[in-house]
Amino acid sequence: MQHIHASQVRPPFYRDERVLGVFSQVLVVVIVLGLGLFFFNNMITGLREKHSVAITFSFLTQTAGFDIGESLIEYSRERTYLRAFVVGLLNTFQVAVLGIVFATALGILIGVMRLSTNFLVSKIAAVYIDIFRNIPLLVLLIFWAQGVFLKLPRVADAIVLADAFYLSNRGVAIPWGLPTDSWGTYLIVLAAGIIAGAVLAYFLREHGKRTGRMPLVTLWFIVTVAAVGLIGWIVLPQPMTLDVPTLEGFNTQGGKILSQQFMALLSGLIIYTAAFIAEVVRAGIQSVSKGQREAATALGLTAAQTLRLIIFPQALRVIIPPLTSQYLNLTKNSSLAIAIGYPDLFAVAGNTILNQTGREIEMFTMIMGTYLSLSLLTSFLMNIYNRRIRLVER
Amino acid sequence: MNSMRKLNKAGMILSMVIGMIIAACMSPAAGPEVVESDEAAAPAMQEVQSTLSIVQERGKLVCIGNSQLPGFGFLDSEGNFSGFDVDYCRAIAAAIFGDANALEVRPATARERFTILSSGEGDVIIRNTTWTMSRDTDLGMNFGPTTFYDGQGLMVRKELGVATLPDLQGASVCVITGTTTELNLADQFAAAGVAYEAVVFEDFDQSFTAYEEGRCDAVTTDKSSLVSRQTTLSVPSDHVILDVTLSKEPLGPAVRHGDDQWFDLVNWVVYATMLAEEHGISSANVDSFMGSDDPNIRKLLGLEGDFCAKVGIGNAGCFVDVITQVGNYAEIYNRNLGPDTVFDLPRGLNSLYTDGGILYAPPIR
Amino acid sequence: MTTAGVTPTDRSVLPITERYTLLGWLRRNLFSDLFNSLLTIVAIASIFIAARLLQRWAFETAEWGVIPANFNLIMRGQYPAVEAWRLWLVIYLLGTTVGLVWRLIVGQFNTTARVLVAIPLVLMLIPFFSMGTRLYLMITAVASFAGYFIAGYLPIQHRGRAAAYFVMAYLVVMLILLRGAGADDGPMPPVQPILWGGLLLSLLLAFFGITLSFPLGVLLALGRQSKLPAIRVMSVIYIEFIRGVPLISLLFMGQIMLQLFLPDGFPLVDRVLRALVAITLFSAAYTAENVRGGLQSIPRGQYEAAQAVGLSTYQSTIHIILPQALRAVIPVLVGQFISLFKDTTLVALVGIFDLLGIARTIIANPDWLGTQQEVFAVIAVLFWIFSYTMSFASRRLERRLGVGQR
Repeated sequence: MQHIHASQVRPPFYRDERVLGVFSQVLVVVIVLGLGLFFFNNMITGLREKHSVAITFSFLTQTAGFDIGESLIEYSRERTYLRAFVVGLLNTFQVAVLGIVFATALGILIGVMRLSTNFLVSKIAAVYIDIFRNIPLLVLLIFWAQGVFLKLPRVADAIVLADAFYLSNRGVAIPWGLPTDSWGTYLIVLAAGIIAGAVLAYFLREHGKRTGRMPLVTLWFIVTVAAVGLIGWIVLPQPMTLDVPTLEGFNTQGGKILSQQFMALLSGLIIYTAAFIAEVVRAGIQSVSKGQREAATALGLTAAQTLRLIIFPQALRVIIPPLTSQYLNLTKNSSLAIAIGYPDLFAVAGNTILNQTGREIEMFTMIMGTYLSLSLLTSFLMNIYNRRIRLVER
Repeated sequence: MNSMRKLNKAGMILSMVIGMIIAACMSPAAGPEVVESDEAAAPAMQEVQSTLSIVQERGKLVCIGNSQLPGFGFLDSEGNFSGFDVDYCRAIAAAIFGDANALEVRPATARERFTILSSGEGDVIIRNTTWTMSRDTDLGMNFGPTTFYDGQGLMVRKELGVATLPDLQGASVCVITGTTTELNLADQFAAAGVAYEAVVFEDFDQSFTAYEEGRCDAVTTDKSSLVSRQTTLSVPSDHVILDVTLSKEPLGPAVRHGDDQWFDLVNWVVYATMLAEEHGISSANVDSFMGSDDPNIRKLLGLEGDFCAKVGIGNAGCFVDVITQVGNYAEIYNRNLGPDTVFDLPRGLNSLYTDGGILYAPPIR
Repeated sequence: MTTAGVTPTDRSVLPITERYTLLGWLRRNLFSDLFNSLLTIVAIASIFIAARLLQRWAFETAEWGVIPANFNLIMRGQYPAVEAWRLWLVIYLLGTTVGLVWRLIVGQFNTTARVLVAIPLVLMLIPFFSMGTRLYLMITAVASFAGYFIAGYLPIQHRGRAAAYFVMAYLVVMLILLRGAGADDGPMPPVQPILWGGLLLSLLLAFFGITLSFPLGVLLALGRQSKLPAIRVMSVIYIEFIRGVPLISLLFMGQIMLQLFLPDGFPLVDRVLRALVAITLFSAAYTAENVRGGLQSIPRGQYEAAQAVGLSTYQSTIHIILPQALRAVIPVLVGQFISLFKDTTLVALVGIFDLLGIARTIIANPDWLGTQQEVFAVIAVLFWIFSYTMSFASRRLERRLGVGQR
């Protein structure tokens, strides 16, 4: 009936929302597509006229010819541009993963400190958050690289800790394990330990569900893995030797060198992101209603148990989405490495390779595609995790 | 509600269709398959406006230069550009407009310079740019006559006692990315079997700050740049430039491939400065040559034959403007790098062929 | 004070003597049990050590001479010194406009107003300022008083609208003054934006970035919520694409690739403007997501009620939905604006001399080698002051508008 009524007082076509809807869509699509084509057209003709070069990715298999300061995989000037790209990508991964782990730890610590009943502790956390949330990351990074790490003593006068750690403006040299012949066997032992731990954890959990008294599953898992690992280490003929850095010639030799650029980038990202994560954690914990806490206390749970079993699982649901975007931000922010000379994806691809080959379109397509897929992948994984904890809770 | 959804869907489909029609209309010349063929590119090239006419319409030359290299291209604290390379920008502006100041220097990093040129944002690169085959071909550049013959060197602290390349085994070397320097460094150290750590920066400032603070044991770039930047270190005498040359570095102007008239113009402005020195014509005495009988001089000064017109400039005395306003090669060199400057660079290879150098300009005829 | 704590203590249950005395406060907040006392001691020790280190650095190690020597550079970059009067004029007019608008909108000379007027007067105390600079600061304070005073006598009907006109007029005049016009040897020669630098440029980039990205972001958010599939799909693609890539890649594209996408002979867009466009496009995607959060928080009933009283989609969006949605997301929006302000530093990486870019040139200056700590500390403090003020103001605004209380 209503339908008939509506059609009787139908407005003129230029005010009919349905017509307008179709029209505006057509208009938007036409404008967007038109602009896109306009740009594309100019690019194609421009490239042809000015460069006489075509868009192709074949240059990726050519010899790169330049060296990269630090790399997780074997790389030298004879390798291809593609290899150099992968080196940059892995360096980005390295910084992002380490940054996420440490920033989360520091962020949770500060977030919890912020909520402490101790006035001073809470204020220290508040000052930390207020300072680092309001300073541009790039300023922090450059300050860290040039004002702190570059101001450390020269390598010849390096600060030496315990004869094994060398702190200089080249970076930090730390002892590092060198795998021996039995390393492979040891890895198998370790894997066996993890499987054993997982099986044990499963049965403990089942047992806990039946009896209603949940044992410390995670603790038992860790104990098992550690025990197996320790036994394996003692039984096998030294699966790994410790390579201690020494000062030789111009630089420290041996061990692992965390370069000045790497340290500056990593610590800058951690300190900056931790301030944001702290706020996320604080908001998450505060979102759990007071009644939950009181109920837990009434049931006789200790403060630690309340936090672990009642507060955190519920806070996590609020925390996960903003935490995801902080992780994504950290990953994207690692591209600021270019300002301090760390060879991450953007510095290697968008700077060095682009310079040496002059292939702007190709390199930017690859760089943006990579970051985009990294972002989408992370969001996807976090969404799955988010859905999982929701299901568990409800 | 249902009809609404249908209409919306119809709208989307309709808009897609229209979009595709537009795409079809707009892209006859833009099909990706056309890109690969050079035949198709040739006719399109003629439609492009010539660089010279763009420059003339604009009323000034946009020269892609350096702002961080005293002696070659440097932005002083008052915001003025000066240096050897900048003087060549001025020379081109003087030839075209009769006014050396009809110029905008667009400072660029090593990274940007070629893109800025090929995008048409600048007209010529005069920014200590090395002429290499791949730049000449792959990058679509054309290199003019070399204005400065250079070689890549290494600077180290004196206290290290380094004299040769193998002495640098295990050292950290600061280098600027996107340069031939970066590639030569890798090549030469690999050839000598010397392991090193490359510490890569974007520009001179960062690279030399890191070197000064001891982040690197050595810093490498063109020798002329090393000399120039050595003067800006806190104690210049603590540093030494090794007697090692890693590469040939012919530095000169670069223009876009494909505009021959513009290329010729840039070439002949540079040659004119060399020819002027050869004939002893300088900004101080150019007037006294206006009555010269020497046909070579008369042609250079536009008194005989209309050679400026051959590169598209209406003013027959275009090279006179270059000489009066900027000077001959020796004047440009001495003003920026010569004995009276802090750099005091000997001319060496950059002398006229008559003085034992390799500057040998073709005749104007 | 800390009722938000993990184990809150309710003040009302404490005996009266414990509630309000200093000792009681100390016991409750710092020494409630052994663990808490330990924490307090550790905290005091760390604060003491940090303060000592900071004091030693600031008063003994640091060489502050670099700041006064380069102060003009830090403030206005390469903006020509002879044209500096134009910048002062811009500041005076800013003072006047703020005064005018304050009278029209707020209407009273309250504490905040006093703080605002005090700013130029406090700045006069900076030791290395010349007498001239102090005089100019004084004029700024007087100009803002004058603005406030004059506004009281203007016969104005629509105060809000008048304030908006004043602001717009100010922006136009400001841009004209900064950019200049006429001949190079005229009274007000043009100054290319690439020469605007330092704090001036950072603030301008932030201001225009915010004002331009906000409407674009709102449009994109509406687009993403739209019933029209084509518009929705395009908005989603835009938002997700931009949010997936780092800002630095957009800035690089803007600087070195934009010309590739434009036809030959297309007037060259100024480099600073290109950076601004990149920042705006980037920030709009984030703004859109924040606004979308607000739109989703509006109960369905509001849409239905608007429809029931016969409002068109356009009318209900403008008058009913958007005002509520935007009020709900003020805190996140301000957070986004702060991050835009901080992100303007990235233009230093594409050769534009904003505050950070200028800082990098100063430390490379042969006369000031080795002053990285001092220069970056000052830059960081400057950025901090502006960001913190923004977040502080947003918290006040939030309270006044009663976000989360309606």
